[in-house]
Amino acid sequence: MVAGLLLGGFYAAVSLGVSLIFGLLDIANIAQPAFLIAGSYAAYVLNSAYGVDPIVVGVALTPLFYLIGAGVYRVYYATFERRGDESLRGLVFFFGLLFIIEVSLSMRFGVDYRMAQAGYVGKSIDLGGGVGIAYRYLVPCLVGLAMTLTLYVFLGRTFYGRAIMAVSQDQGALRLMGANPIHIKTIAFGIGIAAASLAGALLVTIAPVIPSTDRDYIGRMFAITVLGGMGSIGGTLVAAVILGVAETLMATFFGPSWSLAVSFGILLLALAVRPAGLFGR
Amino acid sequence: MTRMGWSVLVGVAVIAGGIGLAGLRVNPYVYFAGYVILQYVVIATAWNILGGYAGYVNFGTPAFFALGAYTAVFLIRSVKAPLPVLIVAGGLVAALLGLGIGYLTLRLRGTFFSIATLALSVVLQTMIINWEYVGGSRGISVLRPSGPPFGSYVTFLFTVMVALAVVAVLVARFIERSWIGRGLAALRDNEEAAECMGVPTLRLKLFATTVSGFFLGVAGAPFPYYVTFVEPNSAFALDYAVNALAMPMIGGTTSWVGPVIGAVLLGTASQVATVTISSELNLLIVGVVLVAFVVLAPEGLLGLTRRLRGR
Repeated sequence: MVAGLLLGGFYAAVSLGVSLIFGLLDIANIAQPAFLIAGSYAAYVLNSAYGVDPIVVGVALTPLFYLIGAGVYRVYYATFERRGDESLRGLVFFFGLLFIIEVSLSMRFGVDYRMAQAGYVGKSIDLGGGVGIAYRYLVPCLVGLAMTLTLYVFLGRTFYGRAIMAVSQDQGALRLMGANPIHIKTIAFGIGIAAASLAGALLVTIAPVIPSTDRDYIGRMFAITVLGGMGSIGGTLVAAVILGVAETLMATFFGPSWSLAVSFGILLLALAVRPAGLFGR
Repeated sequence: MTRMGWSVLVGVAVIAGGIGLAGLRVNPYVYFAGYVILQYVVIATAWNILGGYAGYVNFGTPAFFALGAYTAVFLIRSVKAPLPVLIVAGGLVAALLGLGIGYLTLRLRGTFFSIATLALSVVLQTMIINWEYVGGSRGISVLRPSGPPFGSYVTFLFTVMVALAVVAVLVARFIERSWIGRGLAALRDNEEAAECMGVPTLRLKLFATTVSGFFLGVAGAPFPYYVTFVEPNSAFALDYAVNALAMPMIGGTTSWVGPVIGAVLLGTASQVATVTISSELNLLIVGVVLVAFVVLAPEGLLGLTRRLRGR
């Protein structure tokens, strides 16, 4: 149960990017989990080469991934959104991108499991009665919560954050107000990708990663985003905790091979029964 | 009716040609590779009935393919059913799943539908992994029945696949030219408008998902005999999802010729790349080609030639 809650905090970090890009910008970026794993590998490489803390690496690399994300959006905009056929072909574009990143990673690093090392990995706080909290889970959870809070404040309080909210509601109106929606969307997309890369750094401290791990996270990310209500940051956190607890319980009672089915099952259910999510508008 | 008669005749001729080809005693690897390419002709054509004609992008190709394959495994283990039964049964079970996702389209359009099919694939894979009777996560080996009707078993499977590909393409061509194809095109361009004009959108969508699912299952049914060892990771490989998408996109999605061209080109290219370079590089090529085509030539090769001829 505690493990599930902690996992939920981490899942929130994983899903924030999707919540921003898919929920608010309405861009179905299927390649998001590939950026997550790319972040994992970036953190792993710097961690194993120089012994830098993986999460510090993750934070340090966010500007780089921000630029990559902004670049990807520019390509997407120029080729699909301007022509007006973004939904079908854009989806295929991101699917291809997911594939390219995954295969490139497996060609470069092979399919061995990789994991980052840090001082706190392997230690835990003892709560007594045989119940302990591993730092390995606690630290990513706290970082995830911090990310959620930061994004929440950013969207609600700052100029650019409010502009992102505005662009999700009415692009034309934003243009009339004198702001450039493309510019705003580029920023939002970049932030989404940067969030994914940071979450990737968390992931590589929690569990070993192989290039095809991204497939497990497609379902989790989109399940959480849809369940939380498209684009609602608070809803994302709640949905992430629900999923984390559900997966942990499933793994405890039925074995770990079933836990993956939980997220996809919840996703299918949410899509079929209530596509607006728990906190949808 | 005569036009349809002609196309059936051409189909029969192709099948006869396939049998003739199986009689030639060339390197057995040719049949091995040829089987895979033909299998992709079936998959790409089946995908295109839903994705190209109706505009619903299905990421769950592996689910249908593997369902066909695992139905076959189940029937081989339980009653030792002959190959034709396997193909029909595999197709029917997958068609049932197709009907199911057809009802999903009631609530889910566009992106949401695609994500749901992707989720479906993973849920199904988890169920297979936990089902010991068909091998679970370790996989199961399948014995080919002794004494195929002619040639070696691989050449026999090759001809079977030629026939399946011909049937799939003929059905797709028939759908495209009939009122069903026009109705699907109408709902692809604007579902609300089509509904308002009296197009029975739900029935058409259910038809498209069912037929598409049927042929994806059919493509998977002979798979156990082809590889003789079935395990979830190979049956549910993401390659099928990417290829099923990439082939029609490269060829052109609006006509039955498109998926065939795409499957033959990309299928041959990846067979050559797998042999000469490496299988991972081959997947990378598929991904890059897919993205390049979507960005640069969204209408596929067919659209490209049409545009060049037009000017």
